Amino acid sequence: MAVPDAEPTTPDIMLAFYRRLYPFKSIFTWLNHEHAPTKLFTHREFAFTLQGDVYLRYNSFANADELKKQVCTLNPTRFEIGPVYSARPRDKKTVRPAAFTPQLRELVFDIDMTDYDSIRTCCSGADICKRCWTFISAAVRVLDRALRDQFGYKHLLWVYSGRRGIHLWISDREALELTDEQRRALVGWLTVIQGGKEMHKKVNVRMGLKPLPPSIASAYKMLLPVFHDLILDDQDCFASEEGWQALLHLIPDKDIVRSLEDKWEDDPKRSSEDKWQDFEDEIERKKGKGSAILNAAKEDIVLQYTYPRLDAEVSKHRNHLLKAPFCIHPKTGRVCVPVDPRTIDKFDPARVPTVSQLLNELDKLALPQAGESAEHHADWERTSLKPYVEMLDKHVMGLMEETRKSKQKMDLSW
Amino acid sequence: MQNRKEQQRNLALKDINAGIVETHSHLRYPYRLNFYDKPPLEDITIEEFETAALDRLRVLAEIESCFARNRTFKEMQTVILENVCSKYLELNRTSNELKPLDDERRKDHIGHFVLRLAFCRSEDLRRRFVKAETTLFKLRYETEDSLERVKFLGSRNFDWILASPEEVQELVPSTSSEKPGNYYKVKWTRVPDLVEKRRVLMKRGMAYVPAAEQASIVFQEFQAHLEKALEATAKALPRLDEDTRLVPILDNLSKGFQAGVSSEWSGATEGPDGALRADMIDEMAYKHFPACMRNLHMCLRRDKHLKHFGRLQYGLFLKILGLSIEEALAFWRKSFSSIQDDKFNKEYRYNIRHSYGLEGKRANYAAKSCQQILMSDEPGPGDSHGCPYRHFSADNLQSALLTMYGEHGLSSADMPEIMNMVKAKHYHVACTRVFEITHARQGVKKGEGVGGGESVTHPNQYAARSRELAKKMEEGKEADGDVVMQG
Ligand SMILES: [Zn+2]
Repeated sequence: MAVPDAEPTTPDIMLAFYRRLYPFKSIFTWLNHEHAPTKLFTHREFAFTLQGDVYLRYNSFANADELKKQVCTLNPTRFEIGPVYSARPRDKKTVRPAAFTPQLRELVFDIDMTDYDSIRTCCSGADICKRCWTFISAAVRVLDRALRDQFGYKHLLWVYSGRRGIHLWISDREALELTDEQRRALVGWLTVIQGGKEMHKKVNVRMGLKPLPPSIASAYKMLLPVFHDLILDDQDCFASEEGWQALLHLIPDKDIVRSLEDKWEDDPKRSSEDKWQDFEDEIERKKGKGSAILNAAKEDIVLQYTYPRLDAEVSKHRNHLLKAPFCIHPKTGRVCVPVDPRTIDKFDPARVPTVSQLLNELDKLALPQAGESAEHHADWERTSLKPYVEMLDKHVMGLMEETRKSKQKMDLSW
Repeated sequence: MQNRKEQQRNLALKDINAGIVETHSHLRYPYRLNFYDKPPLEDITIEEFETAALDRLRVLAEIESCFARNRTFKEMQTVILENVCSKYLELNRTSNELKPLDDERRKDHIGHFVLRLAFCRSEDLRRRFVKAETTLFKLRYETEDSLERVKFLGSRNFDWILASPEEVQELVPSTSSEKPGNYYKVKWTRVPDLVEKRRVLMKRGMAYVPAAEQASIVFQEFQAHLEKALEATAKALPRLDEDTRLVPILDNLSKGFQAGVSSEWSGATEGPDGALRADMIDEMAYKHFPACMRNLHMCLRRDKHLKHFGRLQYGLFLKILGLSIEEALAFWRKSFSSIQDDKFNKEYRYNIRHSYGLEGKRANYAAKSCQQILMSDEPGPGDSHGCPYRHFSADNLQSALLTMYGEHGLSSADMPEIMNMVKAKHYHVACTRVFEITHARQGVKKGEGVGGGESVTHPNQYAARSRELAKKMEEGKEADGDVVMQG
């Protein structure tokens, strides 16, 4: 069952959300890595999408309050965060083009359910449900592990995109400093699924018949159970003729393909699990070089159905803009909340708070007593947004600690 | 910890140095290969300065040409090292007389540093310079004698750390039957190309590079080192500009590179089969093109870009002129020098192939006739296609014509006649008259038009007749040993 698109948002709802709930302070420190504003914030591009799809680029702000003021004035449907430039983005028109170049940028990733449309059987298009979310959670686990173990990054923030995908922001100093060339290289390292619709076999990562490269072999280990539970059992991907034909296209042995095709045509009710078993039985019967080729093909099939599918362009360029965390998805009304990768399997997109739900929660609370502060900025503490803002704040603590340590080191080296 | 690293590094260097017999130690430049760490400090004459730079520029321009033509590394070795370098930038391995060896290497050293000064000034130039220089270094490195190469590597501290066997064991899966060899350990950001191709092992931000991939680290290092050095030079340049003798030379060098030097410097000629090559277009445009195409060519050179209708008009014209699809791709790739390969391949390659009937509905598109150029696709602001006689203001047309054809015999005295034709909207008559005037030296008389009194109706007809006249004249020259005036 797909998650229903909640009520569409209205400008009034959005304005109340920005005024009372959006955690500007937390977002500021997350981008800035310390309390006093630095270039990490002041030279940072913000882009606003206004009602009616007007798009305003190259905004920048001195501090969190300025940002909040502008957001409340423009009341955008959403806003995006770009790189730290060599000059303040709002001065772009007055500086030489050569003096306005992207310098620093979180390493970002975007995984979107639409890239799984050729595999998933439960939903299609913009829809998503708890079942197909499993594709996303497998991707998150694999990438999170690879980026920490192989690249040594520590400060990863996963953010639900509000509808059918997830974003990742990496804020380690070394990640911020990556050049476009290095970003492209890192994406190349992580990319396994390649080739468009017309390409049957989308996994080509080995040299000849050699085993999978170690980094992909360890992803394979994580993904094999996912293949059984999700692809064979839950999604039953090889049930339909289209489904099992796609599988046959990936088997590099004409005899086996023919015999499986006969068998499956005769028995259209055969489950994916059984069909996979049939394939494995056929491999068993092969000996020598033939079986090595088939075993490699089998591993490649598992990867093709389960390995993370990245939107590579988002990650390759420093100046790519990405929607800020805690924005509202205009179609679903859901908040783009942070997600803990350790409990990603339990995450249910249908249970992410919507903006009107949050405002309802606020309305139910007693109005502030006379004399009590009328300031709204901490209102999120009294709604179900609280755990999510706290998750971001905890993440930010780690970043601030890092900044403190590196400053201390600099003091010592003087 | 530091100590252990130090030991490992020494071990690595000792490996490299093992078995080296010192030769050539009496040379000022003991190695053919050079990382260009230090600038030449001795006195250099202006002539030396200029020759070293110009000669090197020919080599780099030819390297760019090779990229534009998608030549393989192997082909480049032949083209660049055997054909071009042997003429302009010889770098011998051995010589009986020591002096020339040092001289060659000194020229290589000086040329590199002069071009750094010329090409550090914009990001675009820096990027192209780094790509061409790194390629030159690669070509030389790959063909270097292995012992010499080892000696060269031993002469420089690369700060490589050899990973311990335990570390490697942990990374290489135990199922692997191959015995793990030596691995160098570097920050992964230093070897992005190896990471991209998954040719290394990775752990916590460190890349473990198999010893066999050592060359890649060297190239990365060369490139990164040069990128940094160019940025530093760019910052220091204002001080250098005080030396007024150098500034014009540097300006010329960088302009040459921007315009696609090879045509300007190496005097392109037709291929063995008489086929038209991409780098002949500059000269061809200058000598034989009608105003509409001259204008498109100049705009293309100036902006390194043409808008859609401009590309269409010019591209089809070049196709009919005889530019093959390979040469057309090379020509456009090189002309759009400020865009990256990715973008070119994505946005333009298809359209060029399409215009050659190799994509889509595979139609054989004809070049636009004067009629079509005059009547369809009215150029808007920012467009450079169309017919200058019709679409330029009177002032602009006059100065454009004089710029284009002043050296072909067109003078301001001819202008009233031409402009009267334009005013009467007889654009093709004006164009024909310009053809006659600019081909008077080949014996074309007033009223003769493009042959037999025919007037210009197609840009390709204009260019074809102009080439024909030049060819006849060339043959006449050969036959008689003197210029023959026809008519
Ligand atoms: Zn679903």
